[in-house]
Amino acid sequence: MMEGVLEVLAWGLLGTGAVFSVIGGIGMLRLPDFYTRMHAAGVTDTMGAWLILAGLACLAGLTLVSAKLALILFFLFMTGPTATHALVKTAWYAGVKPLTTEASGQPEGTPPSNP
Amino acid sequence: MPPDKSTGRGGSDAVLHAISLTAVLFGTWLLLSGYFTALLISLGVLSLAVSVGIALRMDVVDHESHPVHLTWRIPTYWIWLLAQIIKSNFDVARTILGIGDPPTPNVVTVQPSQRTELGQVIYANSITLTPGTISVELENGEITVHALTRGSADDLRTGVMDGRVSKLEGGA
Amino acid sequence: MLAFVTLAILLTMALALIRALRGPTVFDRILAVSMVSTKTTLLIAALGFLFGRPDFLDIALLYALINFVGAIAVLKFYKYGSLGLASHLEAVPAPPESEPPAAGEHGAKPGEGSAG
Repeated sequence: MMEGVLEVLAWGLLGTGAVFSVIGGIGMLRLPDFYTRMHAAGVTDTMGAWLILAGLACLAGLTLVSAKLALILFFLFMTGPTATHALVKTAWYAGVKPLTTEASGQPEGTPPSNP
Repeated sequence: MPPDKSTGRGGSDAVLHAISLTAVLFGTWLLLSGYFTALLISLGVLSLAVSVGIALRMDVVDHESHPVHLTWRIPTYWIWLLAQIIKSNFDVARTILGIGDPPTPNVVTVQPSQRTELGQVIYANSITLTPGTISVELENGEITVHALTRGSADDLRTGVMDGRVSKLEGGA
Repeated sequence: MLAFVTLAILLTMALALIRALRGPTVFDRILAVSMVSTKTTLLIAALGFLFGRPDFLDIALLYALINFVGAIAVLKFYKYGSLGLASHLEAVPAPPESEPPAAGEHGAKPGEGSAG
């Protein structure tokens, strides 16, 4: 009974994670500029990765294997934003201009002209 | 015990940080080895002593690497953050598939209300972790944020997350 | 079902790889490559379950760590032009002169290897 519930939960998590992961991949191709693509990468890196790892942990049950999966999850949780921020800040200072859609007036923040 | 937030090197706090480091390292050892024999555990304790000794000498064990003063507030915050992340994931996924708001990228600046650097970093990282908003720069007490849609920028400017992180940081 | 998940991960990697080839800026490529690395971590974990070898997880864990260090190293190199000590890095504060982002340097390699 308990096993069955866990298994259904695992397949649900894995399926949703796979779908989100592919959506992020589609976003990498469809979105117009570098900064917007970072958001698409964010979708795969958060929901995609977490749900797949959580689903695998449900498959493994309460063992050392799921503890290791939790450790991987924790690492991704901690390192993901750091790596993303390092990338976006480097691009910002290298002068990659974000595409902005301001109907009127100038954008509130612009990249530093050329440091 | 009142945490000494300015330096984090008060006597009892230093001990707490060292205990936290030891527990984390020992947990990692047990988890990654998976063997529970006397020999391997004693080897683990040995390398643990060396690692903690080196870390203490390097003076990297402080309130930033081991924020134990946040205690139970941090799991509560994580659960709230997880709900936010799931919500904005659906928004961004709809934008990508072209069935939600079309992408209207814009750059905004927000003023974090946290007092410590740790709090501001937690806030900036939470912004980055939430799809739809990325913190580009944290400088002079201002966070520059790139948002995928107008809506996600407006969500951020309501300051709900800011207030949550400030509460996480703890009252004086 | 695990095979489906594995295929979805592979599809995502393929999409990211297309972005890495198309550019146009160097940061798009770095972003795509770091996304491929994250997916590799997941792929190794999923394959471990698919083949019934959970010890693959140790490799996945290692890969997650190397991925992070690698991304930071590439960005640090790009920003400072060196991976040296912090004191050396202070001496060269200027980032490398920013090349025009939309250079699209990929398709501009005519076949020069056909000299035989």
